[in-house]
Amino acid sequence: MQKTWNNKAWFLVLPVLLIVALNAVVPLMTVVNYSVQETFGDNLFFFEGTRWFREVLHSDRFHASLGRQFLFTFTILMIEIPLGVIVALSMPKSGVWASVCLVLMALPLLIPWNVVGAMWNIFALPDIGLLGYSLNALGIDYNFTRQPVSAWLTVVMMDVWHWTSLVVLLAYAGLQSIDGAYYQAARIDGASRWSVFRYIQLPKLKHVLIIAFLLRFMDSFMIYTEPFVLTGGGPGNTTTFLSIDLVKAALGEFNLGIAAAMSLIYFLMTLLVCWLFYTLSMKGETQ
Amino acid sequence: MARINLDHIRHAYSPNPQNEDDYALKEVDHVWDDGGAYALLGPSGCGKTTLLNIISGLLVPSEGKILFDGQDVTHLNTQDRNIAQVFQFPVVYDTMSVFDNLAFPLRNRGMGESDVLKRVNETIEMLDLGAWSKRRAQGLSADLKQKISLGRGMVRSDVNAILFDEPLTVIDPHMKWQLRSQLKLLHKQFSHTMVYVTHDQTEALTFADKVVVMLGGEILQIGTPEDLFERPSHTFVGYFIGSPGMNVLPIALEGASAHLGAQAIQLSGGVSVQPSAKVEMGIRPEYIHFDPNGMDVAITKVEDIGREKIIRAQLEGSEIALVLNENEPIPADPKVSFKGAGINIYADDWRVDMGA
Repeated sequence: MQKTWNNKAWFLVLPVLLIVALNAVVPLMTVVNYSVQETFGDNLFFFEGTRWFREVLHSDRFHASLGRQFLFTFTILMIEIPLGVIVALSMPKSGVWASVCLVLMALPLLIPWNVVGAMWNIFALPDIGLLGYSLNALGIDYNFTRQPVSAWLTVVMMDVWHWTSLVVLLAYAGLQSIDGAYYQAARIDGASRWSVFRYIQLPKLKHVLIIAFLLRFMDSFMIYTEPFVLTGGGPGNTTTFLSIDLVKAALGEFNLGIAAAMSLIYFLMTLLVCWLFYTLSMKGETQ
Repeated sequence: MARINLDHIRHAYSPNPQNEDDYALKEVDHVWDDGGAYALLGPSGCGKTTLLNIISGLLVPSEGKILFDGQDVTHLNTQDRNIAQVFQFPVVYDTMSVFDNLAFPLRNRGMGESDVLKRVNETIEMLDLGAWSKRRAQGLSADLKQKISLGRGMVRSDVNAILFDEPLTVIDPHMKWQLRSQLKLLHKQFSHTMVYVTHDQTEALTFADKVVVMLGGEILQIGTPEDLFERPSHTFVGYFIGSPGMNVLPIALEGASAHLGAQAIQLSGGVSVQPSAKVEMGIRPEYIHFDPNGMDVAITKVEDIGREKIIRAQLEGSEIALVLNENEPIPADPKVSFKGAGINIYADDWRVDMGA
């Protein structure tokens, strides 16, 4: 039998290729392009090699915002993951209240990010906001527009309020999928509440928690809108995270080369951390 | 190890049972011997899992009491009943080693580490798990995992009973046999009281000293495998046990003879039944054979299953099955007769004794 060669089917992939090229590859390549060139406008470009990368990597400003970024991401992960698990564990397993809890939990996730920022801005204002006013009325000196510690606390609280729900929902789904026989076996074996958590629930939650961790890591590492609306990166630069700094460099100062190099470094860092974490946590799964 | 006393137990899942049909488990009043191996056998929804859950303490029966060695445990929860259970799907603690899995119930009860070591090593030896004792339980095969969950029960020397809830469902066929015989062996050696739920008659008959056959929430018969085969006390038992099941034929009684259509079959004794009762004769396929002086049958189908043949035939308008050795020929003019010892008489589905 003669085999017919007809590769026309590849044309069907063309639209997808086109879309991916336009929305991912071309912009990324533009950034790569900017990162190795200097421009003074008029569409005139000069090749600069690795100059921008070297500058970014040696810049104190970049180090500072990177440090703030890691501190922020670390802090919210340390709060949101355990808190999400605790909340999921204490939610009812079934019945009307389970649905009520789920809806309540999902609410913060449905609010647009800039609205979250605006809400917390007003909520935390020391003179009229419920939170700010109450804290000051209790004798605590709190003003997130002037005190770095207050600003940090507010940004962290806002992120915890906004995103813990995601961890809760993932962990809750993970908990629901544990077969009842495990709990019964644990009772028969005389396991304590802690042992049930340590040896049944936590191992069974491992995969959803890895997903939760990755999602929260990536999202918080790229956080922009909420702190931008809430503090604008201030007071001073104390809440200027990487993406805020990046936008400042690119659009505020029009340092396209620096900004492009920053973007690429930023992108590679996110990729590297996710890959490292995923590989390390999946190690020993396949034996 | 304990004697289990099921004292007039009934259970309904709804709060206000109005009539007999509302009970998922109809009245059970039995004593199960210490060290016995019992199998609860029946089709899905027959109440066997309900009964098991009542014994394990997952369910409190609506009525009646359950006693372990004379002590009322009806309202004790699972952990206080001191039982062990092997579930349908293997339950192991993934992150622990096999050794730690087995040590878990002992450590939770505050046993000293040197005693733990001794008991666990004994159990590992008993179950042949030595090669895996240091391995993490996670990647092991289903049959090893089931052994581990069995081991977590056996490691405690004082368990009242070990319960099995269809434990071989996820095991490969060739391992099923092996596990079953090992279970039987362990029971012989250590004589734990064992209760085994299954819907597979082979499993029940090979495992248990006593098989409890259930249907529609009711216990139809508790007996040895031989009892169930020779003297099924209900037509369902006859039909459910054995392959093919018992033939059940409508008859009319006249003294010590049974009329099946135009045929008369001599019984070993007289039978008295209610005049309104539906009377049937039960005869297993193994007790019917070809006989030149027997009753005329018309063969409808022959199923060759290897060592033997199953013959389906019409006898006086009823369908019967009989079993034939593979080398026995099928006669051209088939006539059959029944072996007297294999005949049971049923009135309204329940077995009635024949007088001498």
